[in-house]
Amino acid sequence: MTDAAIALTPPRRRARDRGARLRLWGYGLLGILLLAVGWELYKAIGPADGVVIGDARVLPRTSDLAMPHVWEMATRLLEPVTRAEGARPLWLEIVLAAALTLGIAAAGWVVGVVVGIALALVMQRWRLAESAMLPWIVLSQTVPLIAFAPLVRSWGSRIEIGAFEWQDWMSVAVIASYLAFFPVAVGALRGLQAPDAIHLELLRTYSVGWWATLRSVRLPAAVPYLLPALRLAAANAVVGAIVAEVSTGLQGGIGRLIIQYAGQASGDPAKAWAPIAGAVALGLIAAGSVAILGLIFRNYRRAEATQ
Amino acid sequence: MTPTSTPISTTITSAVSARGVDKTFSTKQGEVVALSGIDLDVAPGEFISLIGPSGCGKSTLLRIIADLDSPTSGTVEVFGTSAHQARLDQRYGIAFQQAGLLPWRTVAGNIALPLELHGVGPAERAARVDELVALVGLGDFAQKFPDQLSGGMQQRVAIARALAEKPALLLMDEPFGALDEMTREYMQTELLRIAAETGAAVVFVTHSIPEAVYLSDRVVVMSPRPGRIADIVPMRLGRAADRADDLREDGAFFEMITAVREALHGTPVSGPRGVETR
Repeated sequence: MTDAAIALTPPRRRARDRGARLRLWGYGLLGILLLAVGWELYKAIGPADGVVIGDARVLPRTSDLAMPHVWEMATRLLEPVTRAEGARPLWLEIVLAAALTLGIAAAGWVVGVVVGIALALVMQRWRLAESAMLPWIVLSQTVPLIAFAPLVRSWGSRIEIGAFEWQDWMSVAVIASYLAFFPVAVGALRGLQAPDAIHLELLRTYSVGWWATLRSVRLPAAVPYLLPALRLAAANAVVGAIVAEVSTGLQGGIGRLIIQYAGQASGDPAKAWAPIAGAVALGLIAAGSVAILGLIFRNYRRAEATQ
Repeated sequence: MTPTSTPISTTITSAVSARGVDKTFSTKQGEVVALSGIDLDVAPGEFISLIGPSGCGKSTLLRIIADLDSPTSGTVEVFGTSAHQARLDQRYGIAFQQAGLLPWRTVAGNIALPLELHGVGPAERAARVDELVALVGLGDFAQKFPDQLSGGMQQRVAIARALAEKPALLLMDEPFGALDEMTREYMQTELLRIAAETGAAVVFVTHSIPEAVYLSDRVVVMSPRPGRIADIVPMRLGRAADRADDLREDGAFFEMITAVREALHGTPVSGPRGVETR
């Protein structure tokens, strides 16, 4: 019977998905390879002083100072940070700094997600709240982070409640959460408003209240909207944490290293690129971790496949 | 109050009793009268079909009985209480044209939804779901997700869900409208069996004359602009529960189809557009 045939299709589809995923990884690696080849190609054939139109340099210089060879940057990672006795290898220094930044960004992400979902719930529950708050939420993202970061730090330093004392990393986490909450608030609101009318009507015939409707229909229906929002929030939290580290002057994170090593670039050009690569990897790890959430919640994404 | 706790009385309360129901919608083009002067009684256990062309208000009437819309004037009582109270008391189960299953829940999870929302314990819930899955003939599919089922199977799950709390009234809004003809005939026979087994009264909206004739004890023929009841045609085809597929080739069946068609054509306005005669 056809019913049985229908029931049998999913495993085959899953196998096809696995093949597609491997191919995606392949394309990803190919992209990185192409980037490296492009870099070297431009360095080999590009003019030494870059391309200047008027006063603006539209393409960079190709000197070893501005664009070190890919392999120089790679080998530099394995060498010690400084010539001092017992100095750690550069890669380890980058990993340690990245771990600190990741921790702060994760704290910021959690705060941002909680605040974002809370705002979305309030806006979904009351129409008035949506029209009152949504413009401000959008506006909040136009405030320049650089201007905002020192303020947070100075407000924070005045907070002291009993044994609790405001730490500098908390300012950085707050700024990271400021960037992270936005996609979550907007995505979660879209998601909470996404359920089919027929589902909401069905729940009405069951004469259940807002909470039960939220739990059994709105939140599950929001998952396909929430997952990309959470991934965006993760990337935003990393960017926010790095920028905030720079502008609040927090020691030990990858943001600080970017500034510090850039200062040493004239003597050690390959070194300056290491924390930048570290920051990129950090963003990928953060966004990738959220993909695991997608696997956990995959039953809630079935609607994506059918509709 | 549940139906079983009601003391048996000599006067039988109607499953549905509508008196002078009017419904007016305000649109940009002005007032639209969807229903006008509807009087209707549905006896307990009776199978009633509402049939008529598009725009005759048959779905609106069903929604008013379900308390998803309220009448502009007139009253609707369901088992002697107001439609609103009947909804709060879960006196009816409902199925729509689309199955409307939650895609993230399994077949069993979807059927269990109303029980879960009304605080039925896990053990009792599982037992009831097993019964219902068997009733609609989906025993092997309880753990499948809706996207793994055909349209007919999804609709059967929706019917099982509507029956979950043993309602004495089943409201159905063109539940088989999206199914192919063969699945549809199969589902009609299944529905007759299920209605007989549960003893529920059914109010069934359709625009297919053979479907209405095959299923119903009485067919309520409606006419549009304004929506009102043109005629109520009793089906002299024996008890609905005893009907089977061979009835579709019976002479009496065609007589009843003719009777319903004449009732539809007998209306003074433009005629039964949008009514399927297949």
